[in-house]
Amino acid sequence: MSEVIKLRKGLDIKLKGSAEKVLESLPAPAMVAIKPTDFPGLTPKMLIKQGQEVKAGDALFYDKYHPEVLFTAPIGGKLVSVNRGERRRILEVVIEAGPQAESLEFKKANPGKLSAEEVKDQLLKSGLWPFIRRRPYGIIASPQEQPKAIFVSTFDTSPLAPDYNFVIEGQLGTFQTGIDALAKLSGKNVYLGVSEKSVFTNINNADIVRFSGPHPAGNVGVQIHHVSPINKGEVVWTVNPQDVLIIGRLFETGKIDLTKVYALTGSEVEKPKYLQTLLGAPVSTVTDRRIKQTDYKQRIISGNVLTGKRIKAQEYIGFYDAQITVIPEGDEYEMLGWADPGINKFSSTKAFMSKLFPKKEYVISANLHGGDRAFVLTDQYRRVVPMDIMPVILLKAILANDIDKMEQLGLYEVIEEDFALCEYVCASKTKVQDILRTGINTMIKELG
Amino acid sequence: MEFLKNFFEKTKPYVQKGAKYHWLHSVHDGFFTFLYVPKTTAKTGAHIHDYIDLKRAMSIVVLALVPALLFGMYNVGYQHFIAIGELANTGFWDIFLYGLIKVLPVVIVSYGVGLGLEFVFAQIRGHEINEGFLVSGMLIPLIMPVETPLWMVAVATAFAVIFGKEVFGGTGMNIWNPALVARAFLFFAYPAQMSGNSVWVALDEGDRVIDGFTGATPMADLAAGTVDYSVVDAFFGFIPGSIGETSFVAIMLGALVLIVTGIGNWKIILSTFAGGLLMGLILNLFAVNTYMSTPFWHHMLLGGFAFGAVFMATDPVSAAQTGKGKWIYGLLIGILAILIRVINPAFPEGMMLAILLMNTFAPLIDHYVVQGHIKRRMKRAKISA
Repeated sequence: MSEVIKLRKGLDIKLKGSAEKVLESLPAPAMVAIKPTDFPGLTPKMLIKQGQEVKAGDALFYDKYHPEVLFTAPIGGKLVSVNRGERRRILEVVIEAGPQAESLEFKKANPGKLSAEEVKDQLLKSGLWPFIRRRPYGIIASPQEQPKAIFVSTFDTSPLAPDYNFVIEGQLGTFQTGIDALAKLSGKNVYLGVSEKSVFTNINNADIVRFSGPHPAGNVGVQIHHVSPINKGEVVWTVNPQDVLIIGRLFETGKIDLTKVYALTGSEVEKPKYLQTLLGAPVSTVTDRRIKQTDYKQRIISGNVLTGKRIKAQEYIGFYDAQITVIPEGDEYEMLGWADPGINKFSSTKAFMSKLFPKKEYVISANLHGGDRAFVLTDQYRRVVPMDIMPVILLKAILANDIDKMEQLGLYEVIEEDFALCEYVCASKTKVQDILRTGINTMIKELG
Repeated sequence: MEFLKNFFEKTKPYVQKGAKYHWLHSVHDGFFTFLYVPKTTAKTGAHIHDYIDLKRAMSIVVLALVPALLFGMYNVGYQHFIAIGELANTGFWDIFLYGLIKVLPVVIVSYGVGLGLEFVFAQIRGHEINEGFLVSGMLIPLIMPVETPLWMVAVATAFAVIFGKEVFGGTGMNIWNPALVARAFLFFAYPAQMSGNSVWVALDEGDRVIDGFTGATPMADLAAGTVDYSVVDAFFGFIPGSIGETSFVAIMLGALVLIVTGIGNWKIILSTFAGGLLMGLILNLFAVNTYMSTPFWHHMLLGGFAFGAVFMATDPVSAAQTGKGKWIYGLLIGILAILIRVINPAFPEGMMLAILLMNTFAPLIDHYVVQGHIKRRMKRAKISA
């Protein structure tokens, strides 16, 4: 337990509606769906047909460019529909739960006693491999590459994020099994980013690194940057903490069990708390009768307010998300809003009276609070990126499509979530995350 | 006030593309968004956005300029009544009123011409009205001598908006500070009307100037080898000069607003002053004439130095954009301003040229800062490899 890495740059956005530490288990959902759109750059190829019966763990589709990466059914039942969008792109693969939940049997073994190949094989076959993502680019890891390390951040600093200390505390044994599996894959190079008060400090088989500071200190990309930054040609893998738990469960029970805890948060939720259901469950199972009845519109987000996806109640929760946030839509005009003293307006700048009340929590809607403009204020982004990266210069390199510069300025080290605060603070309302993904897509296309 | 919103919403279809009044769309949009923050919500990326927008940021700069403007109005009256020897017989409000009557038309012309052109350009280019001119429109009157003819203010403003900004693509794209472009345009196009001793003090026809009053600025005096100002007057601003630049106190009030709100960059302000003080000290060491031997810190109080450092150098668009670049940029502005001021006999004031020059070099400074950053990152790659 060495020193703490203290980060000063960043911003904690004080939103109303953080989850109370109460866990409610929901009944098993009647439907679940896996959404290929949750995986950037994936081209899915279906393996089974509509109406076919499946067991939990049966492969549904695979990645066209990595055929060994399978996506499997979270529950036993029937494939009821493959919903497609424009140009027949697959959006949702929906499974209806069968009367008895049958599941495939995988190897039940201590991952410490298996070889790296066996661990990899088990993860690929069971469909848990997609939980492992790689930097650069934030896409599913390629089974052929060898990462220099695997990083797990055990705390999330984004607005209203779930507290993993609370979510995982009772299952640290299973978490340890998951870490053991990852240690096998990476040749014992697992790093665990922990917050100052953490229940994860006794996990073995991993290097524990303490971080303190405002958001994005909990972002795994920021932690990698400070521990083992990614240079050209290097690869680091990342896994979310609850997904480590799912991997651990696979090795302990020999079955896939995608039970996950979701924090239902936001100012529009009656009683924000934690709810346990299955990965891929319909959003409505979590939100029904738990959202305030209002005469204005609301926005449901799968994920947090900075990086999540806007979603309808009848759609399904995103693959990597551990949180559902509900905020007001805010599609209303505000008279002379720019001249308001701003007692109720949270801001990263000191241009509003709200700065005088540092402890207050705020209701913030999805309104842009201003029009799109050319880039003017130059110091805003740097204050919220705690990395040795110049965000504005990197974004300009992307806009200029200058691949050499993108590489030199650190595009390998960041994905959308690391620059999400830039988009939040921008006075010119620049679409920072879109620009960044454009740059990443260019790199994937040009350099592979 | 519902009816206003209804009016704008109802008229919106008439100004859309292809509709009859499309040529009014930017005017419609400009007034509508001025009165009401739009109802646009986040479509992609982050779902919440900071309440700060350019309207807010720009209006804070305008607010920061208000002390300098009000004091400038008072000082215009004050200098006038000194010139005609009536100061002792005139009350505060009469002095202020005189200045108000002199200054207000300059402000109106600057905003009228500038915003008019902004609307036209927004119309032609099909984008929204940019807020940048809200600040430029206030800066331009404040850096003009009070006796600048209004038509010159109009021409200079038009030149600044068109050639200082719109040819580059509008607010955010310009290379030079538009207000300084206006000032430089007048300085070089109409040197006779923009310098000398007669432009700094407002006089009406038939006014008789008392004996011994020259109307010269302290800096013109210094350049001519005489010292004719008191430090206290220079500090509070009771000296002849451009409308808004004379009072150190009023400018520092503005600086306080900019720094506390974080809208103005304190690094640039601090380093500009540091550069100026440094150069002043160096010149003091070699003091061979009156101007060079002026105590180094007096330079901060005289002429446009403080005003330029606080309101002009900090313009985020034309300044250096990198953190280190900002320090270098400010420092060089300070050094150059004093150097031009003291050494060059043709220009008793150097702030305008120093800032324009460093505006030009800001991208170069940034380039080297970024190269240094890249080099450091490459070194990191070698160490870990």
